[in-house]
Amino acid sequence: MSSLAVVLAQAPQTTVINLAPGAGTPAADPNAPIPTPPVLWAALLPILVLGIGGLVLLTISSLLKKGAPRGFYTLYTVMVAGLSMAAAVPLWAKVNGWTKIAWWDFRDLWWQSLPTEAGPFSTLGQAIGVDGLSVFLILLICIAVILGSLLSDDFLLREGLEGPETYALLLFSACGGVIMAMADDLIVLFLGLETLSIAVYVLAASHLKRAQSQEAGLKYFVLGGFSSAFFLYGIAMLYGATGTTNLVAMKDFLSRSIPANNALLLIGFALLLVGFAFKVAAVPFHAWSPDVYDGAPTPSVAFMASGVKAAGFAGLVRVFVVAFGQYAADWQPIVYALAVLSLVVGSVLAIVQNNVKRTLAYSSVSHVGFILIAVEAATPAGIQAVLFYLASYTFMVVGSFGVVTLVGRVGDGRHSLDDYKGLGRTNPLLAAIFTVFLLAQAGVPFTAGFVAKFYAVIAAVDAGSTVLAVIAMISATIAAFLYLRIIVAMYMTDSDGRSASPVSRAERIRIPFATGLSLLLCVLTTVGVGLLPGPLTELSAKGTPSLVREPARTATDGGLTVGTTGTEAAPGQSQQQG
Amino acid sequence: MVDIIWLVPALPLLGFLLLVFFGKRIGEPLAGWLATLMVGGSFVVAVAVFFGLLDQPEHTYEQVLFTWIPAGDLHVEVGFLVDPLSMAMTLFITFVASLIHLYSIGYMHGDERFPTFFTYLNLFVFSMLVLVLGNNMLLTFLGWEGVGACSYFLISFWFTKEANASAGKKAFITNRIGDWGFMVAMFATFFAFGTLDYTKVMGQAGGLAKTTATFIALMLFVGAVGKSAQIPLYVWLPDAMAGPTPVSALIHAATMVTAGVYLMTRANPIIAASDGYVGWTIAGVGAATAFVAATIGMAQHDIKKVLAYSTVSQLGYMFLAVGSGAYVAAIFHMITHAFFKACLFLGSGSVIHGMVGEQDMRLMGALRKYMPITAGTFIVAWLAIAGVFPLSGFWSKDEIIEFAWHKSPVLGVIGFVTAVLTAYYMSRLVFLTFYGEPRWGEHAVREVVQVGGAGSEEEATTEPTESVELVNGLPLTSERKPVVDAHFHPHESGWTMTLPLVVLALLSVIGGVINLPGSHLLANWLEPVVAAGESHLEPTATYILIFSVISTALALGGIGLAYFVWLKGSRQLQRGFEPVFLEKAWYYDLTLAAFMGGPGRRLFEAISWFDRTVIDGIVNGVGAATLGVGKKVRRLQNGYVRSYALLVVIGVVLITAFVLTRMLQLS
Repeated sequence: MSSLAVVLAQAPQTTVINLAPGAGTPAADPNAPIPTPPVLWAALLPILVLGIGGLVLLTISSLLKKGAPRGFYTLYTVMVAGLSMAAAVPLWAKVNGWTKIAWWDFRDLWWQSLPTEAGPFSTLGQAIGVDGLSVFLILLICIAVILGSLLSDDFLLREGLEGPETYALLLFSACGGVIMAMADDLIVLFLGLETLSIAVYVLAASHLKRAQSQEAGLKYFVLGGFSSAFFLYGIAMLYGATGTTNLVAMKDFLSRSIPANNALLLIGFALLLVGFAFKVAAVPFHAWSPDVYDGAPTPSVAFMASGVKAAGFAGLVRVFVVAFGQYAADWQPIVYALAVLSLVVGSVLAIVQNNVKRTLAYSSVSHVGFILIAVEAATPAGIQAVLFYLASYTFMVVGSFGVVTLVGRVGDGRHSLDDYKGLGRTNPLLAAIFTVFLLAQAGVPFTAGFVAKFYAVIAAVDAGSTVLAVIAMISATIAAFLYLRIIVAMYMTDSDGRSASPVSRAERIRIPFATGLSLLLCVLTTVGVGLLPGPLTELSAKGTPSLVREPARTATDGGLTVGTTGTEAAPGQSQQQG
Repeated sequence: MVDIIWLVPALPLLGFLLLVFFGKRIGEPLAGWLATLMVGGSFVVAVAVFFGLLDQPEHTYEQVLFTWIPAGDLHVEVGFLVDPLSMAMTLFITFVASLIHLYSIGYMHGDERFPTFFTYLNLFVFSMLVLVLGNNMLLTFLGWEGVGACSYFLISFWFTKEANASAGKKAFITNRIGDWGFMVAMFATFFAFGTLDYTKVMGQAGGLAKTTATFIALMLFVGAVGKSAQIPLYVWLPDAMAGPTPVSALIHAATMVTAGVYLMTRANPIIAASDGYVGWTIAGVGAATAFVAATIGMAQHDIKKVLAYSTVSQLGYMFLAVGSGAYVAAIFHMITHAFFKACLFLGSGSVIHGMVGEQDMRLMGALRKYMPITAGTFIVAWLAIAGVFPLSGFWSKDEIIEFAWHKSPVLGVIGFVTAVLTAYYMSRLVFLTFYGEPRWGEHAVREVVQVGGAGSEEEATTEPTESVELVNGLPLTSERKPVVDAHFHPHESGWTMTLPLVVLALLSVIGGVINLPGSHLLANWLEPVVAAGESHLEPTATYILIFSVISTALALGGIGLAYFVWLKGSRQLQRGFEPVFLEKAWYYDLTLAAFMGGPGRRLFEAISWFDRTVIDGIVNGVGAATLGVGKKVRRLQNGYVRSYALLVVIGVVLITAFVLTRMLQLS
């Protein structure tokens, strides 16, 4: 938190600059050529790598006559995601003012084309912003892709669904997620949201042999479309209120003047929040998630619960905490209500489920409640808590669904609690790994989950929402019961001999290499972050969002002039000023 | 060179990890050699660091590895504080530990869990080093709990025996009380200083309010009492002898049990800033423990039990020193005690090894002829602990008594009396074990007696009128059979066991040189750490001479008494010197057990009833209510998209209604 303050203090601050006229209005002269904004390709590289990677994957696979060698698609996806992460590293360095990491000196690279001054910047007519938040989330979403594709590898083979589609869809949806994370413009944000969502709808329906999967895809699609409409309507309202869809301009406008029609603005907030709440599955917009999680192929669920949620929260934080930080008093009560409902409904409904996938779906709703209390704080500490929570939750939830994938066995259907009975005896290793993830989700000390919950609660308390923090802790206690219920089922063999499927219990489950690798990474991170939260804390503290104006262009060379960059950002700052 | 300090704990940790993962595959004896090598390497590094430390300003160096817990105000780092105190501790811990590791290779030979033993042993050394080197209280606490855990594991290492398992449990439960004190002290320290770093805390301790300092000091002392087995929490240590003998030597004599003394020395500025009665309490508890444990040691038959009570008694001396403000003397005695007590324990282990597991001294005797090296080294260590001039024990014990006398002649007299008792019970042990007539093998007296009904020996309470075979008055168990076999002969142990004995015996002789009255090497070295709390004496030469003469006379007196009773005396006379209430350890343990089994148990049952009915009732009630609500609400989740969409619409309507009402309020 203190380091965040330092970053803020060092960021170049300029007082209100008159924005170039017509940030959102069409050019005055109809005959003039449509102005094209300058493009900093280096900043777009993470998006491009994922998008083009997906397209190339489809092309290659259609050219191959005999099908790809075993594991090729997985390897390819992991490499593309890794490449995208690598492309994000110089951006991270730029934002933090580093010139090199270890032996890798960026100054010889395309890095040169970025603004020479350190700090966050924007490009593409300030539609795309590069700051701590966006780079942090690029890395996180790519990690979710890597972990998810590793889980898919053996799953697809087992289910007889081999093919490039799952991987391509993962890459496209990650591409959408990254666009959401970087979007400084509501239209771009919507574009990212749709790219992400459509790919995920298809992913949910991609288990061709299970009717439930098709049903899940359809439900998700219908309800998703419904909520997208609200989202778009919200954008329209905000455009009506401020005359722009660009967040930078919008924030600037709101800080300078009071909108003539307050109703438009507030309804815009409300509808936009509905859209985000649906994406992250906050109560009461969560109803789709248990059904979809239950029906969708389990590895895809792992990605949905990690990558998709991370992208949703990225948008939520950027739009509400940063751009509309000034209007926090107006949207905070709504987030407050969403948080309380998610926490309580999520944990209470989770404990009455008999299906492990549904249980985890509700538990993820209650996790969303936890993240929302950090959003509600609307402080730098809150944002840090959000990022920390997202990062740790990614590993916990992918790990959990990874185990569920294996226990589900052929047909991906054995998810009842009975199927977990005696797992501790037949598959001690798998049961032990699952126990780690469940304990981490319950927030047991020395796991990442504990630290994440701790930071979220601290952020809420520091922001004065003590009641919310207390509700969160009580619901965490209720939720602990559901995790323990699964653990008990795994280790306590039933004495009354009621056995749902005796055959399944005797079976030993082989842990395939790719899945095992993914689980290993998840376990190591979950426990490692729990023992040594320091590094991730610092990383998430650097994930500061900020809305930066694009430097003015000189007419002659179309290049960049530096020095006029102004940082208009960070809720902490605006609060101090207000 | 000081910056390689992290290697000192890292090497045993590496050994532990290797043994955890590959221990079974490495097997015997390589696992043992690996563990020994790691600890030995740790010692070598410690020596290098020591020479590096000489060049450091104020002989202090702090190495911060990383930030462990950055949680708001609580900022805890993982780092090592290398200062004279921790350096001295590190050197003797790694040195003694390497010798005991080497010894264990021979002692644990043939045990089926050989690699596991060394896994625990390496983990123990790692934890102990973290305890000593940690630069903040939390890290010390981590090590504190780590050594505790290893101690419990190792006490019940042979867990198939009921007694061993329950001894482990006893140690665990008793130590909880001490740990509670340490934790409270830690919270109080954080409230008072806002940090747990030793350098900051001890630097600012002088300005602490008296009541706060008193509270922290007392709570730390509660922690120390638990870990270092002082009255009233000493009961676990004698039982802890159920573990393998190298464990008794390393953990329950040389290192872990001295952690309390280390903690008090580390916290000497806080004790100095506290009320005067804190020092008196510490000194009083120390003196009482020294005396009581020594008297119990006079009447024990189990060779390890005698040494265990002796350890408790010697630890009492160290606390007496701490309470008298003689921190240097406490550390000095801790080091010399580590040498001679480790030598004695390892010697007893060698005896037990030679006697195929027999620990009762009534079945020993005349062993010096069969185990010359063990006997020789044991005798040297015996003279050292008895305080015979000029062996190491003489110097360190004398110094403590001098300071105690200075604090109060009463404490000094207790110190002197305990010294006589120490000389006496140790001589009794040596005479019974190594001198006199053999009482094993063909020399053992076998008899068959009819026991039954009330009033029979505790060990033989079974069905009435059953015939029991006794050997030298002891029941003949299956484990005891080989010792009383007519062809039995004790044998000397192998070199891995005798080499550490020889080295330790040598150090028991010359260990005193680190702090002779003329040179005060250790005192000068520790000066920066203990400056705040150390009291100073300027004894004249005559004063020292008188003290030396008195204590030598007393030591010889104790040895002489034991000689006349245990070598020359009749069985009748010997009986008189083993009063039952001392053999039963002042009935303290039995009383405790009786209380816990009687009124205490009823109290606990009442609490447990309250917990079950009231507390659990509330908890279960909440749980049941939650479940009930959950089952009702669940019906909303009916699987129809139209219901879900309705839910979304309801949500949207509610939120929009909210913002609109809000807007109306504003305008």
